[in-house]
Amino acid sequence: MKILVAVKRVIDPYVKIRVKTDNTGVETQNIKMSMNPFDEIAVEEAVRLKEKNDAHEIIAVSIGPDASQETLRHALALGADRAILVRIERHLCSLNVAKILQKIVEKEQPQLVLMGKQSIDGDNNQTPQMLAALLDWPQATFASNLTVQEKTIEVTREIDGGLETLAMPLPAVVSTDLRLNEPRYASLPNIMKAKRKTLDIIECDALGLTLKEHIQIISTMPPPSRSGGVKVSSVSELINKLKFEAKVL
Amino acid sequence: MSTLVIVEHNNESMHSATRNTLSAAMELKQDVILLVAGYQCQAVAEEAAAIAGVHAVWLIDNIVFEHQLAETMAELITSIANSFTAILAPASTFGKNLLPRVAARLDVAQVSDVSRIIDKDTFEHPIYAGNAIETVKVLDAIKILTIRTTAFDAITESQSSCCIERIDKSIQESSTRFVKHELSRSERPDLGSAKIVVSGGRGLQSAEKFKLIEELADALGAAVGASRAAVDAGFVPNDYQVGQTGKIVAPSLYIAVGISGAVQHLAGMKDSKVIVAINKDEDAPILQIATYGLVGDLFELVPELIEQLKVN
Repeated sequence: MKILVAVKRVIDPYVKIRVKTDNTGVETQNIKMSMNPFDEIAVEEAVRLKEKNDAHEIIAVSIGPDASQETLRHALALGADRAILVRIERHLCSLNVAKILQKIVEKEQPQLVLMGKQSIDGDNNQTPQMLAALLDWPQATFASNLTVQEKTIEVTREIDGGLETLAMPLPAVVSTDLRLNEPRYASLPNIMKAKRKTLDIIECDALGLTLKEHIQIISTMPPPSRSGGVKVSSVSELINKLKFEAKVL
Repeated sequence: MSTLVIVEHNNESMHSATRNTLSAAMELKQDVILLVAGYQCQAVAEEAAAIAGVHAVWLIDNIVFEHQLAETMAELITSIANSFTAILAPASTFGKNLLPRVAARLDVAQVSDVSRIIDKDTFEHPIYAGNAIETVKVLDAIKILTIRTTAFDAITESQSSCCIERIDKSIQESSTRFVKHELSRSERPDLGSAKIVVSGGRGLQSAEKFKLIEELADALGAAVGASRAAVDAGFVPNDYQVGQTGKIVAPSLYIAVGISGAVQHLAGMKDSKVIVAINKDEDAPILQIATYGLVGDLFELVPELIEQLKVN
């Protein structure tokens, strides 16, 4: 089985972000960037499927500026076999990302597409579902367990009330939740090896897609700040405050 | 034109998130139609029809929709979408799973987790774990929105029931098969809509000791939540998790016990009205946003708190 894994370069999850003073977005200059944590889980799952001989090839794909090559090299160091960068400078909505991925899927013909359930910058949680819709493939979102049989997969999903298990035929799109696995670290030899793996760069314009603008970003603002409160010295003072000051008890 | 709200339910009763979503739908100032798709779900349709402001309920009762799989639900919604200028669902796992599939089928964008409706095509939603608020204008004719339920008050008033229209569409069965559910059973209020939430973190040390959080919750009639650290350590099941990747809550009172307050956790609870933090570390980030902070050993403070709540 061939697996396609989509990865995104985002601001590192441990960075405290700053909204630009002109409210056009958040500051990304000279800020530490990483692979979106959910995508790391998707790569790890693909590598594990390969180690179990459920998969024979893993292709990592990213859409974005030149710098996204770094993210793809990381995916290669973690165990992906080759990588594709679809180069584009401008910001894309999830639907346009899904349309680009659809082109790559049609070209590469994977049986499984693994993606993170959401990117931690836009927090949209849309692209896997949209890709599945465009391909008319079944979808399994928020996966916390995945078993591959011959022509089907069984996926346990994290839902609000607990867990749900679905079985679906391949090809399919699966989006990963945090508890699917614990991603490994890339070892130095693997990082060195990754430098020699194939990374193809495709210009987005060469895909022959007409990408319509669906969403216009008007502004990005900092959230209303929460003023720090007071420290109380005892349990009885706390109960008192909750009852008579905040009136929530 | 009208607005369509997808009702989240379990074939027996409606999920309360629908009432918040409906409240957001009302702000679009059009007739609101609720869609109940399920199997043997007449009771849900009746419940939906009795909510104040609902113009009509469309009911499709067919075994194909028993588990409301995204594939079949999306086909159904796509087939009726032309009658609407907006389609809304709660930003629950149900809504998040379903609506992007509908949007792509219709070749339109989706706005996730809408926290404010500015006008019929301009919306606010949080990004970067709630550390920025983005305002977007949707250029497509049909707006597909998932609604952050904690940002809109639930509609609890009732009306003499509006009409329930049965719709009949032949939707092909999906190739996806439902295998099983493993649902957490709890007598406590639902985490997403509880007025008081008590959450525990890594500071609780073990699943055994986490019971202290449950005792405190019971003393307050509260729901129980947890940080990712507590979930990863196996103290509680995953669906207790509050945060960017778990549930978003905004109760009147949120009590964080043994939780440091990482960005990812704050994303899920910082809109709570009153936040109480009980933590032994004076420098824990949670104490910077807490309305009331109590510094000390939770294993002494929490039992004392339970005791005093019982006395009062």
